[in-house]
Amino acid sequence: MPNETPIFSAKNVVRTFGSGKKLVTAVDDVSFDIADGEIVSIVGGSGCGKSVLAKIMLGLYEPSKGSFQYEGHKITNQKDHWDEVQFIFQDPFSCFNQFFTIRSQLEAAFKIKKEKLTPQQISDRVDAGLMAVNVAPKDIEGKYPFELSGGQMQRMLLARIFALRPKVLIADEPTSMVDACVRANILDYLMKLKEELQMTIIFVTHDIGLAYYVSDRLFIMHEGKIVDQGKPDDVILKPTSPVTVQLLEDIPEIHKEWIKR
Amino acid sequence: MTKPVFEVENLSLHYLTRFGSKVHAVTDVSFTMQQGEILGIAGESGCGKSTLVNGLMGLFIPPLHPTAGDVKVAGESLMNRSEKEIRKNVLSRKVSMIPQGAFNALNPTRRVKDIAADVIAAHEGGSDTTATYARLMERFQLFFGKDTARVLNSFPIQLTAGERQRSVIGISTLLNPQMVIADEPTSALDVSTQKVVIKMIFDLLDAGIFNSMIFITHELPLLRHVADNIAIMYAGEFVEKGTAEQIVFDPRHPYTKALMGAMLSAEPGQKDRKPVAIEGAPPSLAKEIQGCRFAARCPVARPECSQKKQEIRMHADRLVRCDYAE
Repeated sequence: MPNETPIFSAKNVVRTFGSGKKLVTAVDDVSFDIADGEIVSIVGGSGCGKSVLAKIMLGLYEPSKGSFQYEGHKITNQKDHWDEVQFIFQDPFSCFNQFFTIRSQLEAAFKIKKEKLTPQQISDRVDAGLMAVNVAPKDIEGKYPFELSGGQMQRMLLARIFALRPKVLIADEPTSMVDACVRANILDYLMKLKEELQMTIIFVTHDIGLAYYVSDRLFIMHEGKIVDQGKPDDVILKPTSPVTVQLLEDIPEIHKEWIKR
Repeated sequence: MTKPVFEVENLSLHYLTRFGSKVHAVTDVSFTMQQGEILGIAGESGCGKSTLVNGLMGLFIPPLHPTAGDVKVAGESLMNRSEKEIRKNVLSRKVSMIPQGAFNALNPTRRVKDIAADVIAAHEGGSDTTATYARLMERFQLFFGKDTARVLNSFPIQLTAGERQRSVIGISTLLNPQMVIADEPTSALDVSTQKVVIKMIFDLLDAGIFNSMIFITHELPLLRHVADNIAIMYAGEFVEKGTAEQIVFDPRHPYTKALMGAMLSAEPGQKDRKPVAIEGAPPSLAKEIQGCRFAARCPVARPECSQKKQEIRMHADRLVRCDYAE
């Protein structure tokens, strides 16, 4: 049931690192509300502050100034927060411990849940999660992370999300390490998460093309600020910021002039 | 007809596992490149692109071994030569490679200028550092402009991803190689940085630093802008080869079509065309494969496809490895 309180509510959020001369402002005076069940993409080039913003949402960083709220309250306890808000990162190999089997790690993920399940229930949920990403549970039986390819590992991260069923998913560049075929695949699964589990998804990417397909709303970030936002069609067809125009121009599209020799 | 700068004849490569079995990563790849040509090679992860790169440099470091075939640079064969000799006489001067991960390619404890000076010292000898630095300044000036001194005096960690990748390209092309092989040089970069790096490669081509290039990537739209010709690789084989326009706008092999179908686009009017993932996985290359390698995933496969081996042959105006290509 969509509820009225926004999932995330940011008011004038600033996040800085360092001090004095070396002060770096990663997120600069950002305000927004994200509603329940929305897919919001945060798009920007390297170093624009998009990952820092994602980490604020995850409760890994606190804002230096301004207020950031999850469902109307401040994020105080990370463990409680992660019960409902989960993530996918860019590099699946660094998310899994190489010394344990994938299955044991998928099952261990349930320790974060307040809801206590029996081992049988956990096992069933993991099986269901694997099936959701089209992997037969027996295919990864006894397998370790290094035995799978990057694309398969990225799917394991998605299987973990399908199994845990968090309310909110923060996906930080989930497709930047995989090739074009796997990318389309991951996109399909993200859509499936939204459709089947009504998940709120925050999708962080530098690829505006990707964001265009999946999101209900786009935020374009540049130097810590949100410079353009709105429905994907509006942002792409009627960009209001030069940054958006630049981002669109930089994509090598097949029907468009790019750079010439 | 000028002599081709690069000739590859029926090149097959395999990895020898520690159990004595072979994994045939590259099978029967043939192509020739003329002076000034840019060839793009595209395919999904694990299709043998990077293995092929090692083969094309004549660099056979166990467990990689050549099975058959020949690679010639300007008429000179690279096969059956020791790694040491290849590194000394071929790499950097004749064939040079631009690696993917710029961060892993640069020694983190040394300044960019010293890493570059090592390349010159290793190939040309001499220890006149002042002269070497002056030469580096001149070359890096081409693409770093007023930032040249800062970049050369920096440690890799002090540079942005784009600067690092451009430094790597600068170092790879220091000795004016005849051929450059770029293995996913922009895959780890965002779109804006990618554009800067491609622009730099074009500048080097225009300046005549090198003039033939093999560009490997999985981004077909990028190849459309970079390459003259494109070869599509699947499970260790070339399945289609034609001009960039032919491959991108009029793909014929079912795999090329599927690859194009999986591409995304933010172009107006493209949103309705949903990217379609290719289901299934490529066949294991550890076993002998009968029939067409794409048959199991092919949307238009016929019953005989899983048994009948397909040969790559001229199909109207380009090479296609499918008898049923329209």
